[in-house]
Amino acid sequence: MMIYPRPLLVKSGVAPVAVNLFSNCKTNQPGFRARNQVEKINIGFLMLAAGLAVLTTVGIVVSMLFETMNFFSMHSGRDFFFGLSWAPNFHGNSALSILPLLWGTLYISFVALLVAVPLGLFSAIYLSEYASSLTRSMAKPLLEVLAGIPTIVYGLFALVTFGPFLKDMFGPEGFFALGWMNDARSVATAGIVMGIMLIPFVSSLSDDIINAVPQSLRDGSFGLGATRSETIKHVVLPAALPGIVGAILLAASRAIGETMIVVLGAGAIARFTGNPLEALTTVTTRIVSQLTGDGDFNSPETLVAFALGLTLFVLTLGLNIFALYYVRKYREQYE
Amino acid sequence: MTDLKTDKSLYATTAHSKRRSAAEKRFHRLGLAAILIGLCMLGILMTTIVTKGSGAFQQSFATLDIDLLEAKLDKTGNRDPEDLKKVTTFGYAPLIKAAVEQVVETHRIETGLKSKDMAAIISKSAAAQMRYRVLDDPSLIGTTAEFKFLTNSWIDGYLKGRVTRETIGNNKNVSVEQLDFVDRLVGLGIVEKSFNMQFIFGADASDQRPEDAGIGVAMVGSLAMMCVVLLLALPIGVAASVYLEEFAPKNRLTDIIAVNIANLAAVPSIVFGILGLAIFINTLHFPQSAPLVGGLVLTLMTLPTIIISTRAALEAVPPSIRSAALALGASKMQTTFHHVLPLAAPGILTGTILGLAQALGETAPLLLIGMIGYVATNMPETVTQGLLSPNSAMPAQIYEWAKRADPAFYERAWGGIIILLIFLITMNIIAVTLRRRFERRW
Repeated sequence: MMIYPRPLLVKSGVAPVAVNLFSNCKTNQPGFRARNQVEKINIGFLMLAAGLAVLTTVGIVVSMLFETMNFFSMHSGRDFFFGLSWAPNFHGNSALSILPLLWGTLYISFVALLVAVPLGLFSAIYLSEYASSLTRSMAKPLLEVLAGIPTIVYGLFALVTFGPFLKDMFGPEGFFALGWMNDARSVATAGIVMGIMLIPFVSSLSDDIINAVPQSLRDGSFGLGATRSETIKHVVLPAALPGIVGAILLAASRAIGETMIVVLGAGAIARFTGNPLEALTTVTTRIVSQLTGDGDFNSPETLVAFALGLTLFVLTLGLNIFALYYVRKYREQYE
Repeated sequence: MTDLKTDKSLYATTAHSKRRSAAEKRFHRLGLAAILIGLCMLGILMTTIVTKGSGAFQQSFATLDIDLLEAKLDKTGNRDPEDLKKVTTFGYAPLIKAAVEQVVETHRIETGLKSKDMAAIISKSAAAQMRYRVLDDPSLIGTTAEFKFLTNSWIDGYLKGRVTRETIGNNKNVSVEQLDFVDRLVGLGIVEKSFNMQFIFGADASDQRPEDAGIGVAMVGSLAMMCVVLLLALPIGVAASVYLEEFAPKNRLTDIIAVNIANLAAVPSIVFGILGLAIFINTLHFPQSAPLVGGLVLTLMTLPTIIISTRAALEAVPPSIRSAALALGASKMQTTFHHVLPLAAPGILTGTILGLAQALGETAPLLLIGMIGYVATNMPETVTQGLLSPNSAMPAQIYEWAKRADPAFYERAWGGIIILLIFLITMNIIAVTLRRRFERRW
């Protein structure tokens, strides 16, 4: 990284000629500080690298905004935002509304959070308030392994193992012979498997936040005669609540943007249904199917993926910013 | 407070204190149950992967002696390579049939099968396998050579217990007579299971031949992408963090960049795929399905992770180191690059390895830049080819197999997951070891 031009030039045979040629040049003056000049260039490179991160964000927004505008020049915005059906048709005249997809996304995310939040939160409480340090040092990394497993693994698990298992329970020829489930792919299949994946997202963050609650609050509560669980319920959790909400929002943003589990486990039917054992489709699965199909690129059926992508980006970004704001606000209280 | 006005000792249990200690116990148990359910799920997931995937590492082979008849393979008899190439795999297929008939005759196997159905237990890849070997070594023509063929995926499934006489029912691909025939061949030691190298190092095969599919080419694709990610994300990430941590003035702009990076880390990976499609493929016209494009997309995705961990590592280096260097006359940049960065290196490396592990397992962005729907059959021969010619990647290959909806391909997909997880576990162990070994407490 450090380059010192003067001594290098003198050492090489060509140097004297070069030096004579530029004898009037600024670099040959005694007052010239080569180090400062070189470092100015270096710092330029460093700034460029830091700017790339911003450039990525700009690139994401611009590339999607451009194609989204293309899409809206071909397809009515009213149908996209307020229409009620999703029926892409490669001969044109498709109904492309985001609402049924958004319903699927939110429903599956809700099921996932319904699994992840209680399990994650109780795990965090147990790890930080009850567990011995040995249990904690074993269980915490093991739980975090769940977050390190690639999502394709969860997707395959949902498709091949968990979905058929649910069908064996609730399907027409299933264990309970209820006939509630016709396809192994469903809201519950994708949602529950996604919930398992999200457990460590909730538990790790909540654990950190619960640990950050000052011990003096607990001691005060014990001193007044509260039991451990009463202290947790009435003192620790309320103090940690903003941070926990932040953790849950981050998990929700993960759930909304998750792709592989829903592509393999949720199905492809866009509709409004409240039955968790039926198949639904999500924003991310439709992005994948519209962009990996054989359709003409400049058709609304393909370009709709960019509008969906932009919506997804705005939605998750909003959630993240909101979550970070919440966590920050909490931190200020005890420092 | 009326509860407290009692003549009894505080240690005596009352209805109220009983209720409270029951609530305490319940709460404790709920926490324990949550942990156990979480760990149980991890256990179920791992058991599923191992039990379903280990089958892919075993494969049934049939060893046959084939008469490579000159009359069929080289009608002119001059061993001219051009003439030999004219004989397609259809020319080789009858030889397999003849060899199977030979086996039936010599071992006096009684079966109601036609010779066509007997030969059908051998994989469709067998004729091509023979053809390549004969083209490689034309002197084999006219002799009898021993070949080790893959068996058909149904037969393989039968020997692994995935396919049974009950489950095949009216399956057109395999019949009960064929299974009986295979049982005899197993008894004779002609068909047997052995370790499946081809799965680890081989190429993907069309959806007609699950038995022939391997993950080797996709592995090369993944490695090529990881090289791109490492070469780009590490220098750029380190440079960006050095700037933000050591040089940037503490102003609004720096704050915006930092918040931006934190938010980028949480952007859904599929959005990076859309970005890659729009910019690298549609605008810059890079080749589709190329590992280079995959690597670039994954670089953008991994950068925030690397920057965040690098900044943490730089922050952990105590200010006294910086003061000492500055006091000895080093410039700010010399201080950073000669002293701070080397001390932060283990932390940076750990963060980079974890970022790479995350990139290695990522599937969604790869789907959008065309890394699926493509059968990765050819091993790239040069570095440029490895970067620019279409290839798959391990997670994309696993998705591709999962999509083919055939139990034999599911087995491959689980097997692929085992290989992928071995890579990830190794990377994580390296990262943890690095951290343990070089972590310094100042």
